[in-house]
Amino acid sequence: MSDAKIEVRNVTKVFGKAPQHGVKLLNEGMTKKQILEKTGMTVGVNKASFEVKAGEIFVIMGLSGSGKSTLVRMFNRLIDPTDGQVLIDGQDIVKMKPNELREVRRSKISMVFQRFALFPHRTVLSNTEYGLEVKGVDKKKQREKAIEALKLVGLEGYENSYPSELSGGMQQRVGLARALANDPDVLLMDEAFSALDPLIRKDMQNELLELQEKMEKTIIFITHDLDEALRIGDRIALMKDGSIVQVGTPEEILMNPANDYVERFVEDVDLSKVLTAAHVMKRPEMILSDRGVRVALQIMKDAKISSLYVVDKKQILVGAITAEDASDALKSGKTIEDIMVRDIQTVTPDTLIADMFEQVATASLPVAVVDEQNRLKGIVVRGAVLAALAGDDIQLNGNEVK
Amino acid sequence: MSIPKIPLGDWVDTFVDLLQDKLEPFFDLVTDGIGGFVEFIVWILSSIPPALLIIIFAAITLWVSKWTNALFTAIGLLLIYNLGYWDGTIDTLALVLTSVVISIIIGVPIGIWISQNDTAKNIMTPILDFMQTMPAFVYLIPAILFFGIGMVPGIIASVIFAMPPTIRLTNLGIRQVPEDLIEAANAFGSTTNQKLLKVQLPLATPTIMAGVNQSVMLSLSMVVMAALVGAPGLGADVYRAVTQIKVGVGFEAGLAIVILAIVLDRFSQNIGMKKRK
Repeated sequence: MSDAKIEVRNVTKVFGKAPQHGVKLLNEGMTKKQILEKTGMTVGVNKASFEVKAGEIFVIMGLSGSGKSTLVRMFNRLIDPTDGQVLIDGQDIVKMKPNELREVRRSKISMVFQRFALFPHRTVLSNTEYGLEVKGVDKKKQREKAIEALKLVGLEGYENSYPSELSGGMQQRVGLARALANDPDVLLMDEAFSALDPLIRKDMQNELLELQEKMEKTIIFITHDLDEALRIGDRIALMKDGSIVQVGTPEEILMNPANDYVERFVEDVDLSKVLTAAHVMKRPEMILSDRGVRVALQIMKDAKISSLYVVDKKQILVGAITAEDASDALKSGKTIEDIMVRDIQTVTPDTLIADMFEQVATASLPVAVVDEQNRLKGIVVRGAVLAALAGDDIQLNGNEVK
Repeated sequence: MSIPKIPLGDWVDTFVDLLQDKLEPFFDLVTDGIGGFVEFIVWILSSIPPALLIIIFAAITLWVSKWTNALFTAIGLLLIYNLGYWDGTIDTLALVLTSVVISIIIGVPIGIWISQNDTAKNIMTPILDFMQTMPAFVYLIPAILFFGIGMVPGIIASVIFAMPPTIRLTNLGIRQVPEDLIEAANAFGSTTNQKLLKVQLPLATPTIMAGVNQSVMLSLSMVVMAALVGAPGLGADVYRAVTQIKVGVGFEAGLAIVILAIVLDRFSQNIGMKKRK
């Protein structure tokens, strides 16, 4: 058994008069285009298969018409798949009877819509209560949970407003609160932030990530915006013409595009806003502070470098020495402690490259990468940054960006 | 040409005879029920002093709509009273209210039904077209046979004539609810009834009320015509004026109908808006 929360197996949707025949043609190897020409039927989604792990943000990305919205609607059967299985916690949604499906929709899966889809005749509070109301939760509990959900998205005090009185960003917060009020395991977000203007969108993305830290829902997020996908996705599935082209982490997709299509898609990405220090740092050469100067010089000579970071026994960074100072010290008999520079600029592994340009450019030493305990994790040299930005086949360190 | 005439009229006659024969107890029941309802409304409206009733109408109009409409209501009704058509107006109003109530009770559920079911809609559409385009007083003929002379056949005929807009616009209003709201309702696990009561009907209300407004106007025009089969009210006054060629009386009674029509229109047009707010 796998640890997948959701398993999608060969899910196919054909729109038209004889969908089953369309599936047969697909199985015989015809393409979407051939089927359209021959039968007039449209293949919405073509044998999509992937798994979504519990607690991850799984982004399905594609241009309009790629079938991503159709695909996400088959997770809760707003659209019935023509073929294939969608297993949530091992239960096949596709085979469910209407009352079982309703139960799943009421307690396991909620959805947030692109155009918010708030009920205009209901207040913010009663919109948020909707899912609980149809579930038959008693009135007092409805209110409590709805208010809690509104608090979570930062909409206290707007309970009695109507959706039309709120800005787009606030309306979508209501949409999010309505989806969260049911406390579902799975959250489907269909282009949830696409209708918002760029600044608000970015705020909402950050808030979603913050919320996700607390909630740990399994989120399926649909978007046509690559930057958005890279920002929030733990993993990304790229869709084209109804098929899944590639599934992988943002780094995998950027660095190892599965085909020309993906490559063209990602070539305009500003890598400096995706890659972090962890991706470009090298294993540092270092020395314990109580060792002798002679050892330090030997290490530098072996590694062909002109400076060296100094750490204590717990690998905590304490300073740096240069080869020049070390040779002087050897003559005058000073120790490493005497000659090391203690004022060192550091970055954390998840610092974006875009945010460390200045340090990399001005520092005389390679930039030190340290974790929260100030332990030295790596160093970043200018060349590595440039190579990464150039999109060269750099060796990524295999560190997940978190 | 020697193709024999299709005896369509004979068939209809036979069918109507058959209905009359078999369903007489039912028709009697309907006659008594509707007649009783109309008389009840007339009794209530006549037991209120005219001056008070005019104030009540004006107040209600003020509540649902603008003060100018309320002013018109007060002045118009006063004029009717002054001209001496008050009793006729109350009879006509009772007939209109009765036929509109019946139209809503039957029409809204049918509208909901055909909004949920495309086959039902395809069957109902030509029937509705037929109901609306057949010259209205043709309905009066079988109505007399089934329900006798008086106000009941008039009401039945006006229900048939006035109900289609309520059905059509109920259907339209429900179908016009944006697709994403329906998706949202479904995505949260609503049953069909929950979706209908919590989302579709509330959002369709303004459109349904527009249909009711049209039904009110159509039934008013039909109720006037029902004077031909002996229904009381302003129509009877007009009909009498026509048969006796009295231009002045005809104008007065006609004017009273116009005033009543405008009052009813403003009232039923705005009641839906009021609710939406």
